[in-house]
Amino acid sequence: MHGSGIQIWFFIGVLLVIYGFMIFGYGVFELATGSYPPLVQLTSLHTPIWWGAVLAALGVFYTVKFRPGRAK
Amino acid sequence: MYGLVPATLAAGSFRSLPALLTFATVPMAQLRLLDIAVIAIYFCMVIWIGFYLKGRSNTSEEFFMAGREMTAWIAGLSFVSANLGSLELMGWAGSAYQYGILATHWYWIGAIPAMLFLGLVMMPFYYVSKTHSVPGYLNLRYGEHARVLAAFSFALEMILMSGVNMFAMAVVMKVVLGWSITFSILVSAFAVTLYVALGGLRSAIFNEVLQFVLIWGGALLVPILGMIQAGGVGGLKTKIIANMHSDSYFHLWRDTGHFADNPMGVHWTGIVFGLGFAISFGYWTTDFLVVQRVLAARNLRAARMAPIIGSFFKMAVPFIVILPGLLGLVLLQNPDGSRRQLVGEDVVAACASASGGSALSDPGACSSAMAKTTLPPAYQQKVLSGAPDAELHSYNQALPLMMVRYLGPGLLGLGITALIAGFMSGMAGNISAFSTVWTYDLYKPLINKKGTDSHYVMVGRLSIVFGVAISIGAGYLVQHAHGIMDYVQALFSIFIAPLLATILLGMFWKRATRIAGFLGLLLGIVFSVSMFVWVHLNPANLRYVALSDAAKPMAENVFRALWACLFTALVIFLVSMVTKPRPASELEGLVYGVTPLPTEDPVPFYKNEYTWAILVVIIFVALNIIFW
Repeated sequence: MHGSGIQIWFFIGVLLVIYGFMIFGYGVFELATGSYPPLVQLTSLHTPIWWGAVLAALGVFYTVKFRPGRAK
Repeated sequence: MYGLVPATLAAGSFRSLPALLTFATVPMAQLRLLDIAVIAIYFCMVIWIGFYLKGRSNTSEEFFMAGREMTAWIAGLSFVSANLGSLELMGWAGSAYQYGILATHWYWIGAIPAMLFLGLVMMPFYYVSKTHSVPGYLNLRYGEHARVLAAFSFALEMILMSGVNMFAMAVVMKVVLGWSITFSILVSAFAVTLYVALGGLRSAIFNEVLQFVLIWGGALLVPILGMIQAGGVGGLKTKIIANMHSDSYFHLWRDTGHFADNPMGVHWTGIVFGLGFAISFGYWTTDFLVVQRVLAARNLRAARMAPIIGSFFKMAVPFIVILPGLLGLVLLQNPDGSRRQLVGEDVVAACASASGGSALSDPGACSSAMAKTTLPPAYQQKVLSGAPDAELHSYNQALPLMMVRYLGPGLLGLGITALIAGFMSGMAGNISAFSTVWTYDLYKPLINKKGTDSHYVMVGRLSIVFGVAISIGAGYLVQHAHGIMDYVQALFSIFIAPLLATILLGMFWKRATRIAGFLGLLLGIVFSVSMFVWVHLNPANLRYVALSDAAKPMAENVFRALWACLFTALVIFLVSMVTKPRPASELEGLVYGVTPLPTEDPVPFYKNEYTWAILVVIIFVALNIIFW
């Protein structure tokens, strides 16, 4: 958004960081314990790990780039 | 709003949703604590945004128009996101399951040309006139009567659509997750009311952009994992041809030469002129729900760029909607490992169990309904015997079923959050547009012309609460009077085509007179309603509307829209020719040819709207050729 104040991209970044770490963390737990949800397909791809990492990385980028008070 | 219409057009429509309530006793998925946390965090975030933006929504310009300071990217994403509701996602995934990539027409020819036309041709007139709404433009061009007629129709449509959406989403949450209808309606209505009433249009737009990201983050994994499991494009094609014994599922245009040649029962003329012009241009260029997002842009260049940016993303949406539907055709499995075949909601409802038990409430009706499907006889017998693993799912559940298939804890929560976000965003769009039209086009001219700015902001806030309350009432009404859903969903296609003809002639023909605009709009709506009732009373009349005995219900809306648009244009033309036109000086800023368009500062080619529009056209043409 234009003007002063927190931009929407910052909110999105924060949300993606939170989601990314939660999902990544669960993926690591799955990998460490070997307990996968029985009805879910393709668990061997460890989707939560790489998708969580992608979300977290995007989130960190947006959070830092659009953090409040950062000069444009 | 538009999101529900395509779903209605599909044979597996949402019209039987209320009946599903009697069937859905076993939820499709069980959420874990992690999933609940993901959903709860989303709700906290949207409410935080609402409270944060409250301090920046004090004037009417801020509250209703978001201060007209949105960048092209935000306005563009919001523009396309307001249309990307959860029912749209599920409805079109279900349509792709039934019809293949023919469903993609609603994303490409049914959107892209209109979006480019809005950005490059129409936006300057909306923007230069500084109108607050589409009915506001009608007031400037045709006078008060046309404005009130359009505003009243629009406000009614918004509220009812919001209610239908709310109820439909609550049913989906019940079917998928087992949540109570009242719980889903009240929680979502409370959240939407809070953040829109606090932050106005700015809050709605912020949340639409947030929703857009969530939808991609939550739904993108389904086609990626599905394609891996199907063996890529080649594997998918081979499997579909083997299962369905037809390659029609991969062709956009090849089989549209005759109504009977394609499963949708549509003809290319209906797709091009009815969908590609009357419905698409009507929605994308005159429906205030989406136009309001672009009017909030910070300058004319941003307003013109917004729909062009949106069109890139619109072209990409089939990847997360159509592709999962196609993948569902070959990948979904029954508990016994056989290929799962989805059916219409009418079949699911006919096979409802009595009082949540395993015995069917009406085995005869169930047997008759299943006889019209391609379900294997052995499976039909299992359903009739009430076997616990003999589940029936509707076409519209293709996307949730694919989510459940691939998404484990956390990721499933994200997918469900994407659906909830889509619903809430659509509802917020309806409510924020209703609030603006009510305040500017009904309350201000008809009830209180001399209020202060803060008074109108208060009226806007109250109208949001009031509007949501009526929407909830409409939602419960639909639950108890099933037929109403059909009529409410038809409102969109009945109203939008006459409005398109009225605005286009007003914007591009200076001879169009005030009375002609009002009469054209009024008689066009009456004509459209008459056609709807005529076909509704006797479905055989569809052959006259669609000009073919082989036409299917899918063809009705596109042809009805086309005839209504042409009829309205004819009325406006004839009445204008016998009435006195307005002087050209009065039309400055409103009509092409008498409006000096503002000059824009030169920018490098990569920031120019025409450059990006040409790129969109190239991609659009290429996609249609590739999938011919």
